[in-house]
Amino acid sequence: MHTDEYILKVEDIHKAFGANEVLRGVSFEVKKGETLVFIGSSGTGKSTLLRCINQLTPPDRGRVWLHGEEVTNSGKRINYFRQRIGMVFQNFFLFDHLTALKNVEVALIRVKGMSKEAAREKALAELRQVGMEDWAGHYPAELSGGQAQRVSIARALAMDPDVILFDEPTSALDPELTREVLEVMRTLAQQGMTMLVVTHEMGFACNVANRILFMENGVIAEQGAPTILLTDPQYSRVKNFIGQFLEYNGD
Amino acid sequence: MDQIVFFTDILLPALQKGLIITLQLILLAAPFGFVLGVGVAVGRQYGGPVTRVLCKVLVYFVKGCPLLLLLFILYFGLPSIGIVFSAFTASVIGFILCNGAYNSEYIRGAMLSVKDGQMIAAQALGMTRLQAVRTIVLPQAIRRALPGLSNEWIYLIKYSSLAYMITVIELSGSGKLVATKYFTYTETFVAVGVVYLFLVTLTTLAVNAIEKKYAVPGMIRG
Repeated sequence: MHTDEYILKVEDIHKAFGANEVLRGVSFEVKKGETLVFIGSSGTGKSTLLRCINQLTPPDRGRVWLHGEEVTNSGKRINYFRQRIGMVFQNFFLFDHLTALKNVEVALIRVKGMSKEAAREKALAELRQVGMEDWAGHYPAELSGGQAQRVSIARALAMDPDVILFDEPTSALDPELTREVLEVMRTLAQQGMTMLVVTHEMGFACNVANRILFMENGVIAEQGAPTILLTDPQYSRVKNFIGQFLEYNGD
Repeated sequence: MDQIVFFTDILLPALQKGLIITLQLILLAAPFGFVLGVGVAVGRQYGGPVTRVLCKVLVYFVKGCPLLLLLFILYFGLPSIGIVFSAFTASVIGFILCNGAYNSEYIRGAMLSVKDGQMIAAQALGMTRLQAVRTIVLPQAIRRALPGLSNEWIYLIKYSSLAYMITVIELSGSGKLVATKYFTYTETFVAVGVVYLFLVTLTTLAVNAIEKKYAVPGMIRG
């Protein structure tokens, strides 16, 4: 048996919104420390897929397993799994009424039941990790997009999750701010954090991903290590897709 | 009679007694009215189907019923089915219902203005809906509802005078008794008015201070 070989297992996920079938049978597995990057045109179900994993959007069919325990159909235990599966959003979704520090602290205290002192220490350590310790006392409205996103990464990290889902974490940022967020994410990947990233940053995909999963029409059309996808002639679609981006960048 | 003696020996002691009753009415009704408002708002927004309907019906009836009539029902009506309240208790209950029903609409409106992402992010961290409502949604909503709530507190101060109609001798009532006894309508009612104005001013200043204390940059102007 290989129960612990995979941290996360996603099995035949289907999701439709009305007549619109967004996901049509997506399956994959994630090993500890892997970084998977999902790419593909808008509307191919990448973000929906991430939300199906932590059940923010319950899938119509299919199952998700974390460390061999079923996340789907877990009833109230879903809140336990959500602690173990961090999430970072395109629009940060920092809690507007709380300082950066309290944004990171609040779930430690309320969900994990940590003491205020322990939570503060942990939150400060996570803010330090993303270079935001000096901004601990500032409110979300006082932060740049890049800073806010780094705080939201710290908030996810503080829960010590087994895996973090990044839902287009840089799509709301300009190129300069994008870089500071991608740097943090690259460091996390190098430190062995397991990450699932939906992004349009092809440079990040090619340099940091262990595997790129190219989605088209609600299924994973092609997948593999970046070097293989980019060189092996059998993977023409993903190469065309990435090629478009490179042309725009003028490379 | 000497005006000064009337003020110091008759009017002021009477108004002081009345003011104490008025303050008791307000200070008992306001906190419970606030809690009821939050409860009903959360019930309507996040409760199950039954809770939703119950909260809606409560608000519907309280909003649709003149407060004076509500007090009459509580004090004169309920004894016929065996429920007897003192005039004071009936007044406080009526004020709590009225204050709570209106508060709930301000709070519900403010909760609707809290962006979905706040709830989604809270749930993604493993919070239950109730935890998310308590720690994330309500603190934001109540801040936004404060200006409206302060209106209700001011209304409460003024409609507390309706308690007189069911025999509670509060501020207006004690004024009325003095005025009719000594035929000093103008002086007495002006004096009563000044006391209400003072209470309203105090409330306004207090709410301003609270708003300032809990102001969050970018969410609500300080």
